[in-house]
Amino acid sequence: MGNLLEHMGIEKQRLHFSWISSAEATKFVNVAKEVTNAVRALEPNNKFVKTLD
Amino acid sequence: MNKLTQNIRELSSNLLKNNKVDMVIGFKKGTIPMAVSPMAAHNIEQTKEFIWDSNCGINLANFISDKKEKIGIIAKGCDSRNIVTHITENKISRDKLHIIGVPCTGMIDKIKLQSNFNDDITDYSENGEDIIVKSGLIEKNLKKSDYLKSNCKTCMHRNPVIYDELAAELVQEQKIEDQFADVKKIESLSIEDKWNYFDNLLKDCIRCYACKNACPLCYCPSCFVNESNPQWVGKGQDKTDIKTFHFLRAYHCAGRCTDCGACVQACPMNINVRDFTRKLIKDSYEIYGWEAGLDITKRPLLDTFSLKDDDSFIK
Repeated sequence: MGNLLEHMGIEKQRLHFSWISSAEATKFVNVAKEVTNAVRALEPNNKFVKTLD
Repeated sequence: MNKLTQNIRELSSNLLKNNKVDMVIGFKKGTIPMAVSPMAAHNIEQTKEFIWDSNCGINLANFISDKKEKIGIIAKGCDSRNIVTHITENKISRDKLHIIGVPCTGMIDKIKLQSNFNDDITDYSENGEDIIVKSGLIEKNLKKSDYLKSNCKTCMHRNPVIYDELAAELVQEQKIEDQFADVKKIESLSIEDKWNYFDNLLKDCIRCYACKNACPLCYCPSCFVNESNPQWVGKGQDKTDIKTFHFLRAYHCAGRCTDCGACVQACPMNINVRDFTRKLIKDSYEIYGWEAGLDITKRPLLDTFSLKDDDSFIK
């Protein structure tokens, strides 16, 4: 899915996959940080944005 | 009448005569030149309408989902792969089917052919690998191999992968140097260019859903695009909604698409929607060594798990 999104022009760093158990709070925090850092490093997204008028 | 048509009529009338099946699904001549329409023959008389030529490009596996009757079906390579997919996905059982296999040498791209003529094509006939096409003004003898549908050019399974009997001798499979050249071309673009490429590809889409209706994989009784509670995707002509529809439709075909090209052939706006599914076919093949619809004993790709599967994308 990530590959197909990238194929049509959505940066791969915007989609993350992880398996976190409900007992793994630290892992959750780390992954959340990683995700936000990866997305912040990109330009703001203007694709797949629907404008309602 | 060509030999293949003759054999198909004979085989299907025998099936009906001996009560082996309740109906045979095949093609009959359409109302305009080069058009064919799918039909089900319920008696021997009707089998006389069956034809076979290089216009029979749409996929007949589309018509066997959840059928209770015993069915005879005419199947070229890609149809047979979709029949296998139907069997593994429990949409029909193998013993309900009698498959008449048709080895295929590719189907015609009508739009490419029409572009050779200034007026409408009025007559079309085939002689082996040559095609004879007439319009009001001119008659042309052309080579079929120059006018193949784009998916037929990269087809690696021209012979049916599953059949009970054959309507002709098996044909030689194609040797293709790089079967994913089209996908690699898009992959080589920058991320912005990719986005613009698909924007441009879909600019004519009218959301008629012909692609999903022609696709044998799209058999859900209620499609996500039609649902309103929850509404997964907007129903209008918004660019974002159009792209979401095509992205999700393609993704639902991951590991199942046989590249039969029915979606492209059905599209009234001539959009190459295969640009989406081709990427999935390439990934399935390169990451998992999987080609859809080759073996009825194998579970679908996204239904299986192996410790050797690539898990580099997951943290």
